[in-house]
Amino acid sequence: MTVAGMAPREFLTDRLMLGLVALVALVLGMPSLKPLFATLYPGLDRPLYEAESFVRLTLDHMALVGVSSLAAILLGGGAGIAVTRPWGREFRGLLETVATMGQTFPPVAVLALAVPVMGFGSEPALIALTLYALLPVVENTVAGLDGVPAPVLDSARGLGMGPAEVLFRVELPLAAPVILAGVRTAVIINVGTAAIASTVGAKTLGLPIIVGLNGSNQAYVIQGALIVAALAVVIDAGFDRLAGWLTRWSQR
Amino acid sequence: MIEFERVTKRFGSWTAVDAVSFTVAEGEFRVLIGPSGSGKSTVLRMINRLIPADEGAIRIDGEDIASLKPEELRRRMGYVIQSVGLFPHWTVERNIATVPGLLGWPRARIRDRVTELLELLNLDPRRYRSAYPHQLSGGQQQRVGVARALAAEPRILLMDEPFSALDPITRASLQTELSAIHRRTGTTVVFVTHDMDEALRLGDSIAVMDHGRLIQCASPLDILTRPASPLVRDLVGREEWGLKRLAVETVGDRARRQESTTGEPLAAETPLHRALSEMVARGTERLPVVDGDGRPAGVLHLSDLVRPDAGGTA
Repeated sequence: MTVAGMAPREFLTDRLMLGLVALVALVLGMPSLKPLFATLYPGLDRPLYEAESFVRLTLDHMALVGVSSLAAILLGGGAGIAVTRPWGREFRGLLETVATMGQTFPPVAVLALAVPVMGFGSEPALIALTLYALLPVVENTVAGLDGVPAPVLDSARGLGMGPAEVLFRVELPLAAPVILAGVRTAVIINVGTAAIASTVGAKTLGLPIIVGLNGSNQAYVIQGALIVAALAVVIDAGFDRLAGWLTRWSQR
Repeated sequence: MIEFERVTKRFGSWTAVDAVSFTVAEGEFRVLIGPSGSGKSTVLRMINRLIPADEGAIRIDGEDIASLKPEELRRRMGYVIQSVGLFPHWTVERNIATVPGLLGWPRARIRDRVTELLELLNLDPRRYRSAYPHQLSGGQQQRVGVARALAAEPRILLMDEPFSALDPITRASLQTELSAIHRRTGTTVVFVTHDMDEALRLGDSIAVMDHGRLIQCASPLDILTRPASPLVRDLVGREEWGLKRLAVETVGDRARRQESTTGEPLAAETPLHRALSEMVARGTERLPVVDGDGRPAGVLHLSDLVRPDAGGTA
């Protein structure tokens, strides 16, 4: 994965590398694009969003996505594992209903509902994003574990593996590609949804977009959107890479 | 030794196993046979507690298995199923090493054991050790399945229709190898099948089940000559009954020990139907017999094959 170890052609066609270069260039180089935006939008007094640095916004955006996704993976993955155990089977229907409801709620509505309880800031955003990311994680964890062939489980138990050994040595490795696909969906959704979280006061890349929309400043909107898009590409390509490794390592 | 004492298992209102009692002696090769739904697989899966018994007691070497931890009980037994169930994300070596790994054997010992087992099951260790299950044929996969079951030198081997999904040639060679392994290791085997030919060929004794009950438990010869019910007779089948009858005895059982004759000799452990085939092929009524060490062991006459009282209850 090192840049030095790659042939130029390989480097140019690698989505992850290109995305990373674009992201870093956009985040660090946005201020130097000020003259460009000034030319494109001559009517604007302030053609570059300068209230917060793009580095700060990007890091905060990533932190919000990261923490909420991690919470969704732990909660959703844990719940998905629980309802596929003999003792948790009864709760499967309930869990799937709750997760679907979480997803059917528009993110703005979840944000709006969280604000009276938690106030403005990152906390309501965190709750909304976590809820939002739950469904794909739960769904794919359950589907992945369901997909482990019955004879494989039968022989794992028959050979004397305990419940934890069956889960960690057999079920999770075999379900990993499917679970990872769910995590990927969840994270990508959250990269986009985190932008909307700026409406409740979370500092994310959505801030220039919201401010730009309110103040009819198209340049702000474009600046925020470009970086969000680049971030999404990088994360998606990263998951692609991860899925490739995982496939080679597990689903033979 | 495995003992079942009035063991019953119900699934809802359906009685899968109905007050079954039997004993499998140390080192015995016991075949369980019966139509689908007869309870034979349930009986097998109760031995390693994959299915808990509702009533009755199951003892292994006198110890009630209900008093043991299921995982410990299972690690002491080999388990082979029809669909093999190899772990697709592990190499052949790691699959075979499953139980030794769980038991915490040292690495070097596991590695040596894997090599030994691959050789025992006619798989070249250099070629197959690092292969993944999807790279193997069905027969090779089941060879690995058997090797995995034997890995920790279990005293008991449980096999649930292990060869049913294989083509006839592969099945026959695995049957031969399993017989040889059984003779060599002295492991007690409980083997479920629905194929009477397989049962007659492999079993020291055959237990016939129907509707959760044990109908008859007897030697292959008795199953053939003294079927306890019409069902047992149907399972054996009328077709080629005489050849099946011959197949459960060996040349050594009927040879006239004092006589001698010339010609290419047969080994004493050759089944009688092969001897008949040999006589037809050679156009002779007498064949010389040799024992395991190649020493003359008498002569088999064509008339010995049809002696009505011959062999008795082998």
